[in-house]
Amino acid sequence: MDEITNQEKKTFWENLLSIDRRIIFLFIIIAVSVPLFFKTSLEIPVSPVVQGVYNAIENLPAGSKVLISFDYDPGSMPELQPMAESFFRHCFRNNLKVIIMGLWPQGPIQANMALDKVFKELKEEEKTVKIPQYGIDYVNLGFTAGNEVVIDRMGHDFQESYPADAKGTPLSEIPLMQGVRNYDNVDLILNLSAGYPGTQEWVQYAVDVFHVKLAAGNTAVQAPSMYPYVQTGQLTGVLGGMKGGAEYELALKRPAKAVSYMFSQAVAHGVICLFIILGNIAFFTMRKKKTS
Amino acid sequence: MKSRSNSKEKLKFLPFFLLVTVFFFLPGIPSMIGAEDITNPDAESTKVIQTTPAPPINVTVKDIPNDKGGAVTISWEKSTDDGGGAKNVAKYEIFRSTQRDAGYEVIGNTVAGATSFSDNAAKNKVSYFYKIRAISPAGVAESLPSASVFAKRQWFNLSRLTLFILSLVIGFAIFYFIERAKSEKGLFIRKIAGLEAVDDAVGRATEMGRKIIYIPGIMDMDSMQTIASVTILGRVAKLAAQYEAKLEVPVCRSLVMVTCREVVKEAYLNAGRPDAYNDNMVYYLTDDQFAYAAALDGLFLRERPATVFLMGQFYAESLILAETANSVGAIQIAGTAMPTQLPFFVAACDYTLIGEELFAASAYLSKDPKLLGSLKGQDVGKFIFLLVIIIGVVFLTLNSVLGLNLPNLGRWF
Amino acid sequence: MRREVPLILTAIVGITMIIAHFIPPFNILKNLFEDWFFIIAAFAIYLGILNLIRVNADKLYKKQHDWPFGLVVILGFLLITIIGLFFSGGRSFQDPGTPFYYLYMHLYYPLSATMFALLAFFVASASYRAFRARNIEATMLLLAAFILMVGRVPIGYWFSDWLGDALGKSADWIMDFPQTAGQRAIMIGIALGVVSSALRVILGLERTYTGGE
Repeated sequence: MDEITNQEKKTFWENLLSIDRRIIFLFIIIAVSVPLFFKTSLEIPVSPVVQGVYNAIENLPAGSKVLISFDYDPGSMPELQPMAESFFRHCFRNNLKVIIMGLWPQGPIQANMALDKVFKELKEEEKTVKIPQYGIDYVNLGFTAGNEVVIDRMGHDFQESYPADAKGTPLSEIPLMQGVRNYDNVDLILNLSAGYPGTQEWVQYAVDVFHVKLAAGNTAVQAPSMYPYVQTGQLTGVLGGMKGGAEYELALKRPAKAVSYMFSQAVAHGVICLFIILGNIAFFTMRKKKTS
Repeated sequence: MKSRSNSKEKLKFLPFFLLVTVFFFLPGIPSMIGAEDITNPDAESTKVIQTTPAPPINVTVKDIPNDKGGAVTISWEKSTDDGGGAKNVAKYEIFRSTQRDAGYEVIGNTVAGATSFSDNAAKNKVSYFYKIRAISPAGVAESLPSASVFAKRQWFNLSRLTLFILSLVIGFAIFYFIERAKSEKGLFIRKIAGLEAVDDAVGRATEMGRKIIYIPGIMDMDSMQTIASVTILGRVAKLAAQYEAKLEVPVCRSLVMVTCREVVKEAYLNAGRPDAYNDNMVYYLTDDQFAYAAALDGLFLRERPATVFLMGQFYAESLILAETANSVGAIQIAGTAMPTQLPFFVAACDYTLIGEELFAASAYLSKDPKLLGSLKGQDVGKFIFLLVIIIGVVFLTLNSVLGLNLPNLGRWF
Repeated sequence: MRREVPLILTAIVGITMIIAHFIPPFNILKNLFEDWFFIIAAFAIYLGILNLIRVNADKLYKKQHDWPFGLVVILGFLLITIIGLFFSGGRSFQDPGTPFYYLYMHLYYPLSATMFALLAFFVASASYRAFRARNIEATMLLLAAFILMVGRVPIGYWFSDWLGDALGKSADWIMDFPQTAGQRAIMIGIALGVVSSALRVILGLERTYTGGE
């Protein structure tokens, strides 16, 4: 009987070590999707790097101009779109003027999607909040090819890269763009980035050369490589992945998508940790058996 | 005849009459001297005397340093009416002239609150004067003219002097060791496991009768990592030709496709197997990151290659590709200089070239002394950085612990 | 000449770009070369498209292995191109309400997001395979990964709130110090590797990318 039991135990640990990855995938599907059906109120302390982004926008006087560069595509939407919507909410709440651009072709389209969402919310609050007007409160310059060359040239003259906005209207005919020549006339730059060109290029070509103020939102994978720039002061702050987006929403006191997704992410992380623990137990058990 | 007592009585009332006169006529005095009728309650401006905003002051100008010329920066203290009130400044206009007192033309404008402007259309060595005009709904106010300034071209960007010196030192070290390597034999280079495994990986594909798939990253030929990857492809293609293994190179950019074709064709020619080369070995898929990843995943699952090379610049698709290739049992050799993707490759691939090992691969595989010499020159640069970091950290620690005043080396770079 | 001309061009352009970084008047040439690269890259897109069509049409025509995928590629390409070019009703093809925008929202965006979402699964399977405490370094990696995974989500806060959010603060410490130090070290090594590699290319020592030895 003992021999049979020992064989079963051995088989179980061996199976665990060489588990079919589809079983892991199944657990992940359940861990990610089921929590989405539950509503929870989360307490997440706002980290200093996120507070830096919040303060950079909050401290701007009304009427200040903010340039937001949308450098991502639909693949990164789950992480970056909530940040984009929060940026718009924050800017319009504080009566800041927003200039939208993109170094990725899909970027300005993502911006339009975020604007649609935020405007729908504002319309529900129409009695208390003014609906931003195109050309006066915000403008979308669209996409232009050239990557970091665009960033460099905008430091001299926006018109070198953007003679007109996304609809073809010359910048000289847009009220918001009157007097906006280059970065000297912009009070803050926000960058939402999922890769190249992205925050690193904005730091290298805008901050280091033209000494602009820059805050960023990045995917979780990219965020760690931005921490050196936050430490040196080249970035005022960075929102890293879903957690950064959730912290920012809580700082704004406007919990939205990122906060609701955090529960899902938390459960998924827990499941992965559980698998790692089980895997290590199996590994040590098998190693012990081999040595004995 | 009138008596003296009547006159004195009349004089007694004189101060009273004067007082009444002053009080009666006082409100009218401003209008007598040209001001508006301040007794009119409907006139708002009756409450203020000055209607135009306060002008900007202290206009200073200077040539923008470290540039090719043609640019001047103008700074000023904003109007005291900038920020609120009936005379709130709406914007500033910047005027320029080659004479101090005449001929001013507007060259641009800025928003309220701005205190600087860059004139990028100045001619070199021409003296200019600038004035700033504050514009508000109540009127305009101009500053006094600035001092004269002229733009000039700088022939060297002094803000990059430290970088220039460092580049010279490292460049000289690389040249020196390249020259020295021509005469010196047997330059030591440590083993790089990923590169040692290339031969075995190609041989494995031949034995199994399955393909080698080489992915040169997702960026274009302007990326150094792509160039390094294409260089390695040349070596791998030569081995594949020699071992008669099937090689496939699906690429993400058109220019990369053109370059890789040349490289693979030449490699097959040098290996004495031009007949085995086919243009369709190198083909374009798509520029889109995830569409490329999807296409490669499908390729891995259908073709079940024996060996997969992932060399170059990757982003989020790196783990998707590595895990899929792992799932079909392929041996994987990856190499990238993307710090964010290295952990994924290290976790999922059999061998990983980390950072600079990707750039050293070409020298390592060719064993060319000149190329190996350049690696040694690179090490000199690393040694310099290491030294500066250690000294800098020691200085900062002594400063904070002992309160010394040693220099902060970070400010030199 | 076939080999020499590209090498000479590479040397001239490379040296000019380096000089332009330090000597401002050379920026005119730098901008010119950058513009030339973009023009060449833009035209090169047509080469890629032609190759894509040719390869898949060939596969389809000869009914080679997996030819249905070739049909999907060609049909997809034609669909997006024709709709974007001819069915925008005078507006920009990217404007909301156009058929192209509809395809973008209901075809491209879900496919792209799905591919990115695959990472969640692959991270799990890769972590399960890779994070084993085989030796001291692997154990340290495992512990750091564990603290970060738990500390960066609300679970860490819930577990360690009574300890002053120890997990979250530990995760932040790992991100701020060891992780940043490691990133910087790798970045310095990479930068030196790029310098050395670029010098080899500019000097013509590295010729493989031109098809040479």
